[in-house]
Amino acid sequence: MNTGNAELGTTGAGPGPADAAPEEHPIAPYVRMDRMPHIWCPTCGIGTVVKCFATALGETGVDLDKVAVVSGIGCTGRVAGYMKLDGFHTTHGRAIPFATGLKLGRPELHVTVFSGDGDLVGIGGNHFIHAARRNMDLLVILVNNFIYGMTGGQNAPTTPLTAKTSTMPFGNFERPFNLAHLAASCGASYVARWTCLHVRQLTWGLKDAIQRRGFRFVEVIAPCSTLYARLNKLGTGFNLMQFYHDNAEVRHGADTREVDIGFQDKIVCGKFVDDPRPTFLEMMDEHYRKILGDKYVPMPPAGGFIPDPDSCGNPDPNRHRDGAAASPRGPTP
Amino acid sequence: MRADPAGVLTGVHYLDGDFACGEGAMAAGCRFVAGYPITPSTEVVERIARRFPRMGGTFVQMEDELASMAAVVGASWTGTKSMTVTSGPGFSLMMENIGLAVMMETPCVVVNVQRGGPSTGLPTMVGQADMMQARWGSHGDYELIALCPQSPQEAFDLTIDAFNLSEQYRVPVLVMMDECVGHMTEKVIVRPAEDIEVVPRRLTAAPRGEFQPYRVDGRPVPEFARAGDGYRFHTTGLTHDERGYPVMNAECQEKCVRRLVDKIRGSAEQIVRFEEEGTEGADIVVVCYGITARVARLAVHLARERGVKAGVLRLVVVWPFPEQRIRELARHIRAFVVPEINYGQIVLEVERCAAGQAAVVPVPHGGGGVHDPSAICQSILRAAQ
Repeated sequence: MNTGNAELGTTGAGPGPADAAPEEHPIAPYVRMDRMPHIWCPTCGIGTVVKCFATALGETGVDLDKVAVVSGIGCTGRVAGYMKLDGFHTTHGRAIPFATGLKLGRPELHVTVFSGDGDLVGIGGNHFIHAARRNMDLLVILVNNFIYGMTGGQNAPTTPLTAKTSTMPFGNFERPFNLAHLAASCGASYVARWTCLHVRQLTWGLKDAIQRRGFRFVEVIAPCSTLYARLNKLGTGFNLMQFYHDNAEVRHGADTREVDIGFQDKIVCGKFVDDPRPTFLEMMDEHYRKILGDKYVPMPPAGGFIPDPDSCGNPDPNRHRDGAAASPRGPTP
Repeated sequence: MRADPAGVLTGVHYLDGDFACGEGAMAAGCRFVAGYPITPSTEVVERIARRFPRMGGTFVQMEDELASMAAVVGASWTGTKSMTVTSGPGFSLMMENIGLAVMMETPCVVVNVQRGGPSTGLPTMVGQADMMQARWGSHGDYELIALCPQSPQEAFDLTIDAFNLSEQYRVPVLVMMDECVGHMTEKVIVRPAEDIEVVPRRLTAAPRGEFQPYRVDGRPVPEFARAGDGYRFHTTGLTHDERGYPVMNAECQEKCVRRLVDKIRGSAEQIVRFEEEGTEGADIVVVCYGITARVARLAVHLARERGVKAGVLRLVVVWPFPEQRIRELARHIRAFVVPEINYGQIVLEVERCAAGQAAVVPVPHGGGGVHDPSAICQSILRAAQ
């Protein structure tokens, strides 16, 4: 388990006698350690968000077998491949609709979308607003580094005014999204923002969000030292963390109209919206029950999978349906 | 296994092709449909939206066709049989996520009720011009399966077959209807559930720690694990190894994509399906599919009355293409005549397989209507001279 990876701190060199067995990193059970080292740059903020999410999952005690993570494309898009959960690395911008299919196909799942700003509100913006409108039961963790990282630092719909990107070499003149306000005004039932510096608050916020229902949006401002900081001469990831320290302001319940992020301007953080309202599935169930009464047959929590009744009378869906093609590695029913 | 009776509307009905397609999906065990309204396909999902709440199915109208296709791929990973329905412009928007379904080996069904194109084209009128898009529309190299019903009865039957093939080969299967078949109303017989054979999703029995989502052990397709069953697997649209982990090199690409292509190519002779009428000893064989097959039959009848030995080969499965049969016929006949409601798509495949051994005569139609049978007949007569 000792990968020596700086981002996740998996050095195993904890306190204690030198000959002690290497200590497992606290989030190792949640991460595909066989895929370490990851592809993220030194001082990138994404790993911090992964750590906070894994910690939050552990503290909530949610059944990890029922947690699915869906990512789109980009730096943060790689999260689904690193979490030791059912993980889906999908197409650019389509993590939210893919996740919607997972949730509606098996309503008992806790589905988390973990992706970046370009993916979720650039190419995928239409899905973001509609999932919020429907109050689709998804936790959306958006890592906002203000830039397209994977492709080399192009302008994003979140790039602050005047910030330089590789496609806005003279500075950005497009007004960026205020994502918290976008989510809130579309109907998200939970909206929060933290930075990668706020590890305790972020962990607490993710725990808070995991335990709620509906469309929950957590934006995390993350340093991109390789591109955003370099193109804007902001120093390293460390300098950005210092900037968050000096300029982040926690204001729970802030009016989301007032939480825009300007270039090197203050970053308002906190839980802005916590307004539980019926989710898509709850609305649908209630409506059909009212209209159709006993004739309504909801999809079971375990999903619309129809097991083969002739298959040895075994209702366990984990068993093979077809003895002839059974796995050589597993028991044949 | 036998069909779940909850989805089977046993009886003799008078249905249009769109409704029949929807009934076929429900009979096949489809319990998740995502779609976006588009003429002339919308009746399929309207039918399903009305019936699903009584059988444990969920229909969701998504914000666009990109979302519809992505949701279908997601839902299928829960083991729920899933489908979307569209027409030309929406089909274009679905292409990227059809490729995702191919790469992730996700069983699903996509219905395209073809209208005239390109672009917005003829929304309410017939076309058959998406046949090559069905084969090649998503980027990269891949193989999939496409079926072409010629009647509402076949819209029902072939939609069930589409689900079964998608389960068997873990590939998206396209039902390439056309507006005429979609909007034509005819008798549709829905057999009792116990007479409808459906292929269930085959779930892995591997112990949790040992399961690898793309390990095949010599089989053409890997075993399936549902999201939420505790396997904690990873899947990606990136080139991947047997663990489903991305591997960016030429060797892994060769292994990963080669198998995706070979699982269909290697079984092509089992998948291809066509019907022949009067091809024995024929000089001219008309190759056709969908609504055009019904017009072509009349044309062949007219040509036979004029003394031409003409027959019909109707494609039921269009992709994979029945290469072997076309090659055989090419050795014995004078010409293939290929009417289709486009300016020449499937005729290219016929030409490729005929390889110069028989003449190949296209009979194009731009869309907005079906061929005049006499136009096809004239082509048959000219080819026979």
